[in-house]
Amino acid sequence: MIKYIGKRLLRSLLTLFIIITIVFALLRLMPIEGYFQNFEKMSETQIQVGLQRLGITDPLPVQVARFWQGLLRGDLGVSHKYRVNTPVLDIIAQKVPLSLAIGMASLGIALLLGLPLGILMARSSRSRLKIGDRLGTVFVVIVQAVPAAVYYLIIQFYGTDALGLSMRFRPESPSSWILPVLSLSLGNIAYYAMWLRRYMVDESNKDYVKLARAKGVPGAVISRKHIFRNAFVPLVQFIPTSIILTLMGSLYVESLYSIPGMGGLLVNAIQIQDNTLVQALVLIYASISILGLLTGDILMALLDPRISLNKKAGGR
Amino acid sequence: MDNNVILSVRDLDVKFSLRGRVLHAIRGISLDVYQGESLAIVGESGSGKSVFTKTFMGLLDANGSITGGSVLYRDQDLARFETEKQWLSIRGKEIAMVMQDPMTALNPLKTIGSQVEEAVLLHRKCTKEAARQAVLDILTDVGIQEAERRCHQYPHEFSGGMRQRVVIAIALACRPKILICDEPTTALDVTIQAQILRLIREMQKKYDLTTIYITHDLGVVANVADRVAVMYAGDIVEIGTCEEIFYDPRHPYTWALLSSLPQLGTRGEELYAIQGTPPNLFYEVHGDAFAPRNPKALKIDFVERPPYFEVSPTHRARTWLLDPRAPKVEPPEQIKLLRKGGGGSHGRTP
Repeated sequence: MIKYIGKRLLRSLLTLFIIITIVFALLRLMPIEGYFQNFEKMSETQIQVGLQRLGITDPLPVQVARFWQGLLRGDLGVSHKYRVNTPVLDIIAQKVPLSLAIGMASLGIALLLGLPLGILMARSSRSRLKIGDRLGTVFVVIVQAVPAAVYYLIIQFYGTDALGLSMRFRPESPSSWILPVLSLSLGNIAYYAMWLRRYMVDESNKDYVKLARAKGVPGAVISRKHIFRNAFVPLVQFIPTSIILTLMGSLYVESLYSIPGMGGLLVNAIQIQDNTLVQALVLIYASISILGLLTGDILMALLDPRISLNKKAGGR
Repeated sequence: MDNNVILSVRDLDVKFSLRGRVLHAIRGISLDVYQGESLAIVGESGSGKSVFTKTFMGLLDANGSITGGSVLYRDQDLARFETEKQWLSIRGKEIAMVMQDPMTALNPLKTIGSQVEEAVLLHRKCTKEAARQAVLDILTDVGIQEAERRCHQYPHEFSGGMRQRVVIAIALACRPKILICDEPTTALDVTIQAQILRLIREMQKKYDLTTIYITHDLGVVANVADRVAVMYAGDIVEIGTCEEIFYDPRHPYTWALLSSLPQLGTRGEELYAIQGTPPNLFYEVHGDAFAPRNPKALKIDFVERPPYFEVSPTHRARTWLLDPRAPKVEPPEQIKLLRKGGGGSHGRTP
């Protein structure tokens, strides 16, 4: 197991190295305006001196090597446009915690509401009237079909009105967290409920469930110990990925509630051609994504004994 | 045979509703199962064998229900059971089941030991420790070596035959009185089939079980059964001791079924196959359900459902051919050969 994780980690680092190097090289092809704040007013010599000072005129491999050296020391360079001469890490460090907190809160809510909803739908799909399943399906379809932007607006509009909550987000006021976190979690609630229901219905039609019934295991126990447990395994793989999507997808919600998070930062940095900031953000997003996939796989392997990590030869 | 009736089915009717239509799956079956015997129920796919036995355990699918008749087990009418609680006193504890496909019958994410233990703990009040020991005992009983080590393994680490042994262990763990084996060897290699059948027989002796086999493999029937019930279109058309069914069959369907055995064919001749298809049970069946496929059917076969005619105290068949007024219809050649080869066995009880 540990050997497997080590191997996967090494491979992930390699992937990360390739991504960053390619992005870094591609960014060198961008117009040089991006390195200066007042490019229009500068003379040709001033530009050349500036470029030399930044090391942009050096051969590409040298620049890549320098970037990686800096990275190992924890230095990702300074911003040239977004906030001149501020280390990009400082800029990001200010914004990450807030986005992370909101993302995690919404994910927690999504698991807390989505999983029970999925279980409820799966159980109700076996009953005669299927009321729970039908209502749940309506909810899932609405959330999946209506563009998020629409229900974000509706939640903000009616939520602030009905509950008397503030439109603006203030980290220190708990009530101002409710609407943005709810908005962000809605998609995940529907997602978890939909997949959990589907996997549970799949599982409950399997022979081992029939055998468990024939053994005399009460229905509620079968639901919990056999069906839910087994249906949860394939779902586990999705969770880390949905964390990432929540973090990255918070752009619109953050702008709606004026949350100073990192949702809009990448788009902003690309628009103003702040290359060092773009590099750093790509590095962070890529790391989170790779880490997410990795944890998903490891969780799967931990929960499913059929996945043999070290030897190729399975029992089958 | 001990003549104590352990399970008594009377005029059982089971109907399924499928997309607004009603399928009459079991059409008035009456059957007594005797303590300690092994009864085989044979019939082609869709004849209602499995559905019939599922009614003993309350395992019918949600769209199916018992619409008439009774299933008496120890003064309780199982056909009247409604709540899960009532069924939990029967399932596993009194009547257990071995299912067809051992590859899918075990939970892939739980160890063998915990799956057997679950059954043990459900039906016996005992400590965790005692349950563990019971699990090891029962696994050893069904022929799993190194039970101590193997009970920590998962189903995918077991071969098909070994898994079927585990399924049998689970069924036995609850100490049932009746064991229903739903095609217990169909999904197994031929080499394993005999082993599993032998195991079930041994266990039957050891635990004093009554076994009901469901199968369409007549080889299995000849191997294990004391009595045979032949099912067709949701009804038992003929029932008798193993000898009576194999050597002196009376119902045209039993004739056709036996004639289809490859072993009875003559080299160089085409194998016998029953013409046509079973009746559609969405429609009401008139007369003898097998008549449309029976080239020698009588006129009355299409009009009125035949009653049971007794051939011997243990042997009865639902066919008008046994009516004293019926014309003499000879069974096919192969069947007559069987009779000669096996010698008459009228009225014999095993």
